[in-house]
Amino acid sequence: MGTVAVQELKQKQAEQEALITGAEAIAVACKLADVDVVTAYPIRPYDTVVQYISQLVADGEMDCEYIAAEGEHSQFEIVKHASMCGARVFCGSSGVGWMYAMECLTVTPALRVPMVAMVGNRALDDPGAFGVEHNDALSVRDLGWNLIWVDSAQECLDTALLAYRIAEDRRMMVPVAISCDGSFLTHSQALVKIPTAEQVKRFLPRYDRGELLLHPDNVISIAPQCNEDWVMEIRRSNYAVTERALDVIGECYADFEQVFGRKIGNPFFEEYMTEDAEVVLVGMGTLSTPARVAIRKMREEGRKVGFVRLRWFRPFPAEALAKCLRRFKAIGVVDRDYSLGSPYLSGVLATEIRTALYPGSGPKPPVLGFICGLGGREVLVPDIEKMTGFVSQAAAGESVPLTQWIGLRE
Amino acid sequence: MNISSEARPAQKLEPFKGVKKVALEEYFTSGHRTCQGCFSAQTMRLLAKAAGPRTVVLGSTGCMYVANTSYYTTPWGVPWTHTQLGSSGSAALGAAAAFKAQMRKGKIADEPINVIAVCGDGGGADMGLGAISATMLHPAYNLLILMYDNESYANTDIQISGTSPYGANTSFSTPGKVKRIMNQRWKKNMAGLIAAGHPTAKYVGTAVSSQPMPVMNQVRKALSAGGPTFLHVLAPCPKGWDYDPILSRELGELAVTTGIFPLYEVVEGKLEYLGKTKQIVEGRYTRKPVREYLLKQGRFSHFIDDDIEFFQSKIDEMWNRWLIPGVMPVLKDLA
Repeated sequence: MGTVAVQELKQKQAEQEALITGAEAIAVACKLADVDVVTAYPIRPYDTVVQYISQLVADGEMDCEYIAAEGEHSQFEIVKHASMCGARVFCGSSGVGWMYAMECLTVTPALRVPMVAMVGNRALDDPGAFGVEHNDALSVRDLGWNLIWVDSAQECLDTALLAYRIAEDRRMMVPVAISCDGSFLTHSQALVKIPTAEQVKRFLPRYDRGELLLHPDNVISIAPQCNEDWVMEIRRSNYAVTERALDVIGECYADFEQVFGRKIGNPFFEEYMTEDAEVVLVGMGTLSTPARVAIRKMREEGRKVGFVRLRWFRPFPAEALAKCLRRFKAIGVVDRDYSLGSPYLSGVLATEIRTALYPGSGPKPPVLGFICGLGGREVLVPDIEKMTGFVSQAAAGESVPLTQWIGLRE
Repeated sequence: MNISSEARPAQKLEPFKGVKKVALEEYFTSGHRTCQGCFSAQTMRLLAKAAGPRTVVLGSTGCMYVANTSYYTTPWGVPWTHTQLGSSGSAALGAAAAFKAQMRKGKIADEPINVIAVCGDGGGADMGLGAISATMLHPAYNLLILMYDNESYANTDIQISGTSPYGANTSFSTPGKVKRIMNQRWKKNMAGLIAAGHPTAKYVGTAVSSQPMPVMNQVRKALSAGGPTFLHVLAPCPKGWDYDPILSRELGELAVTTGIFPLYEVVEGKLEYLGKTKQIVEGRYTRKPVREYLLKQGRFSHFIDDDIEFFQSKIDEMWNRWLIPGVMPVLKDLA
């Protein structure tokens, strides 16, 4: 595991570029963020991150307690308690491993623990598949986790630093899960700008748990049995976090741009060739790669098409996204997930976007749902063209099914 | 950079030399809502008193959470947090790791802090066994896992756990018209299991909460050991065992004198029997018949003589045939 990043870090130079994978970029961010406790448990593709971290620890490049747990449940409970005792923590999982930790995933936001986790998105069993599907991370969407999907190794590193800043903001104190598409992102190398420790220190203040700290100096009882007397008020305080989350995230991104001198723009979603577009596709994660290629190709053919890549799924930027999407004649939502029995049998994202568009008196363009790329199946340029074709038909007033599976063997 | 795999120094807690030397301060006080005669709550009081103020307690779901620690009426005078049912091991590991890392990096004051995770028999011997086992493998972390064993899931309506005695009547094992013995399982030998499988454990012990001085001093010994430690405390339960609360102390004593619950500790691999158990092993005390223990409890009221004889024969086996009497259930005659 003698990695490029490890060697680069040893040189301790000013900001530099390294050719690293998405997983390695997250490991480098953990080192830069001076994480105190890291837990590991093997499951592909998440485990590559801790393989890199274990090497950084072994080489004396990263000073943390590094614990290989005996299962994901313990993995998440160890870091949850470490965070409650004031330590900055990192862990993560993939697929059914994430589901094995589900009990811990429910209590982490409830206890106001600003854990940062990485989800190497992977299909849930059964049958077994290593490839990407988004159902693992999406399973916690109602529980108070902040969920972001990234699409490049650079965005992995940047987002991990942002995630600590956002999660540990006193107005938040809730966890962030960074979703990285299995293989396509976790195991693909790209050139990444690695900031200096000084820059990171300037951007990321020390984690301060304040009056919530579990330490002999702070005699409190945390999460005693409440029942109907107080549970509702306590839930409401977590809900209040979601009311301010979009603003806090916006602030943190603005600071990030200032400190690191790199422009990210709208933190919540990224638009590609949408200025004069008539129809757009919307999706998350590495789907953006074939989508951009296909859109450039279709643009050459004179078709006014664009792509919107959603980053933050929780908090869901409903107003801003609805404002953006109402400009188009029709919208196609590409789900790398399934939501069996859902409204119109659509994927999760399609249902969320229809919901986002419903309030208000603005235009309500037709929203088509596409389910594709499951189990790690590659989404190809012709798939994107095919989906865009259906969206164009809907824009022209033709009747098109609300949900379709794309790239399915006939 | 010092990334040490060594444990940091633990607190040095000398044993209380006699009841008059016990600290006056209480760190587990009023506010809990446990039953009259609850010896699990008694264990919590002894634990907190023995550990003192530089302590954090991680309490997994169980009686000592649901009945014991309620919003706005917490009995805890040391920091306490709820921990998931199967998480006592992970909780202790996480807290100990957090303190260790932050002390090494100079982020918090460098001092020995007692990290104590508390679990019941359901949380410890059933659901949390894997995490406790994993935690006992980490010599670099100072922590104590205390399992208070009231031999059932006692706050959810008294259901059998892995430590419920053979044949006990619980709400998951009520005797019926055809089957008299619904719980066919023999009590899980937790301390023996932890000691046998985890040579890295610095201290493994058993105690009974009817004996306050040994419980407190065993807690102090475990917390001073430096490394992962485990203490199994038998805690008589009037509700779950179905007896008059006035008998809690007596039943604790009978569990020892009948030989059902052996008292011992394993310190860095060395076994020492304690109290009456030591006398039994050395032949200085004759075990009382288990009948005296069983017939005082409603949970065994459906037993007929055959059941009592079977129970007695299994206890006799513990003492006469186990390779290490009361501790290691590999039979001598097969060795």
